[in-house]
Amino acid sequence: MENAKTLIYDGSFNGFLTAIFVAFEERAQIADIQKNRSGQNGLFSETETVFTNIEKAKRVWNGIQKKNHNAVKKIYFAYLSETRGVELLLYRYIRKLFANFSTYSDFSDGIVLKISQLAKSVGREKHRMEAFVRFQLTQDEIYFANIEPDFDVLPLISKHFRSRYADQQWLIYDVKRDYGIFYDLERVEIVSLDLNEIYSNSIHQSDRLLVDEHNYQDLWNNYFKSTTIRSRINRKLHTQHVPKRYWKYLSEKREAV
Amino acid sequence: MSFERIKEKLNILADAAKYDVSCSSSGSKRTNTDNKLGDSSGMGICHSYTEDGRCVSLLKILMTNYCIFDCAYCVTRKSNDIKRAAFKIQEVVDLTINFYRRNYIEGLFLSSGIFKSPDYTMERLIAVAKKLRTEENFNGYIHLKSIPGASDELMWEAGLYADRLSVNIEVPTISGLKLLAPEKKHDDFTRPMLKVKNEIVRHKEEKKVIKSTPKYAPAGQSTQMIIGATGESDKDIMYSATHYYKNYNMKRVYYSGYVPVADDSRLPPIGSQVPMLRENRLYQTDWLLRFYGFGVGEILNKEHPNLDIDVDPKLSWALRNLHLFPVDINMADKAMLARVPGIGMKSVHKIVNARRFRKLNWNHLKNIGIALNRAKYFILCDSSHWEHRDWEAAKIKGRILQNSTGKFRKEYSSQLSLFN
Repeated sequence: MENAKTLIYDGSFNGFLTAIFVAFEERAQIADIQKNRSGQNGLFSETETVFTNIEKAKRVWNGIQKKNHNAVKKIYFAYLSETRGVELLLYRYIRKLFANFSTYSDFSDGIVLKISQLAKSVGREKHRMEAFVRFQLTQDEIYFANIEPDFDVLPLISKHFRSRYADQQWLIYDVKRDYGIFYDLERVEIVSLDLNEIYSNSIHQSDRLLVDEHNYQDLWNNYFKSTTIRSRINRKLHTQHVPKRYWKYLSEKREAV
Repeated sequence: MSFERIKEKLNILADAAKYDVSCSSSGSKRTNTDNKLGDSSGMGICHSYTEDGRCVSLLKILMTNYCIFDCAYCVTRKSNDIKRAAFKIQEVVDLTINFYRRNYIEGLFLSSGIFKSPDYTMERLIAVAKKLRTEENFNGYIHLKSIPGASDELMWEAGLYADRLSVNIEVPTISGLKLLAPEKKHDDFTRPMLKVKNEIVRHKEEKKVIKSTPKYAPAGQSTQMIIGATGESDKDIMYSATHYYKNYNMKRVYYSGYVPVADDSRLPPIGSQVPMLRENRLYQTDWLLRFYGFGVGEILNKEHPNLDIDVDPKLSWALRNLHLFPVDINMADKAMLARVPGIGMKSVHKIVNARRFRKLNWNHLKNIGIALNRAKYFILCDSSHWEHRDWEAAKIKGRILQNSTGKFRKEYSSQLSLFN
């Protein structure tokens, strides 16, 4: 029996799509698809390193897109969940799609359902980040925010902030993955910084921020308190909506951290 | 500006506005072009939630809490001995812009106590919105409260700058309004609504012919009524709501459980509980009417003037109509699937898609996310195991309640044990 293969890619989405291309091209038995860092080789599988090839990646992407626009979005979202083993799951999903594109809506199929659920979780996190980013105005007039999302959602929220804050410079930095997106009034770029200070919403004024910044945070914090109806307090519901892991970056919750 | 003074005003005027339930910031199309500030082309976003669990998406404040009226249910009423304050127009503009730039809010919800006259008050609300749109190039969401009694001209102007307009009907019945707000006339509320409705229709028609027709209240209008302040039944409330949906093209009707804010013999005493569960049931009913194809008379009628507290309205309806069940998951049309307790619209969609591939069994349904603890008594699927055994309604209800851990369970559990 031919040994199943493990494909190793560079960890980029294009790399992953290239791996999918290779898997289809070689018609090989695929044991796994892994990022080069996570290297956990199966005992009996041989490995093959895949070099990212934009052309091949595009062909896979367009191939799916041509048939079903929604599926392409689901695949990208699920991929960004960074869930262990998601690559192999996606490979199987894509194979199903190519065999029969209407499979896309077959929620009675385990793989379709799983991908759909992963995509949904990432979608929820995307939405939460659009809500919970708190910009702080720095001395050099950049609206700056640190975030620590569960999933890698920066690529998904870039467009939202671009169209909303088109007339101000802003920078959203993912502390967990150590990269950010910066808008310079013209375009959004990916940046990485040497951050020696994480901008959580502390009670104390930071000297990198404008004085007014502290005042506005204070106003917001106060607003948040006066808008609560005491006789209706429901903390369980509150934390369900605003999970505690986000609190340290929320100016309205700074006392609670 | 003095932040200390602004802070004090904000505390007073946010506190007074918090009883307005609406927090919607969706349904408007105001796309950002030419690199300006703001965009409301998508769905609304809740940027935070208060400790009572309600969405914070707009800076919700009053222009002032001075008021010439003395409505019994309102904190801002003339006779109430509270701190008063008023914002300047520019102050509201600055707050909105600075909160928006920091991604705290989707926009502004501006209401007001009525000072001097309805028109004078309305003019100041419009001035804020106009400044935001024309001077600050602001494309975020603006919800303006229409002041009862404001003139048609002002309602017309308000709609040019606001995404949504609303007048709170406050009390669901006309007799209740007479009792609690004798100075206000029913007509004061409905006239501005009618004007807005007609303008929306007119602008839509014109837009078909002349593309440059300006936007007019693109997110429509909404209203709110207080629940449990007067003795009205759930039937009164939902029939009234249906009336507003139908005759005024309301986008939303909100139900606000009365929070006792006044010592007044006409009202529930201070300290009495806010009817949150009843409020919840009314929202569920509202949902069934708008998205699930139910008619109001099916849920509330002479025999059933009030909603069940212990079970949700769809389950309650199903228990009264057992002759329509069981529903075959693999055969039934969408409308009937939507009527099964425990199946929401998203599940209906998933079922209809999935059953094209194979007959669905219990396991599929569970994975799709159906609340089987309720649904199983009302459905058939591809399985020989059959839960629907010609049980009586009371028996089914008992079993469902026994196996459920609803969020309000502890609130009615003592009642239930009486009958066990």
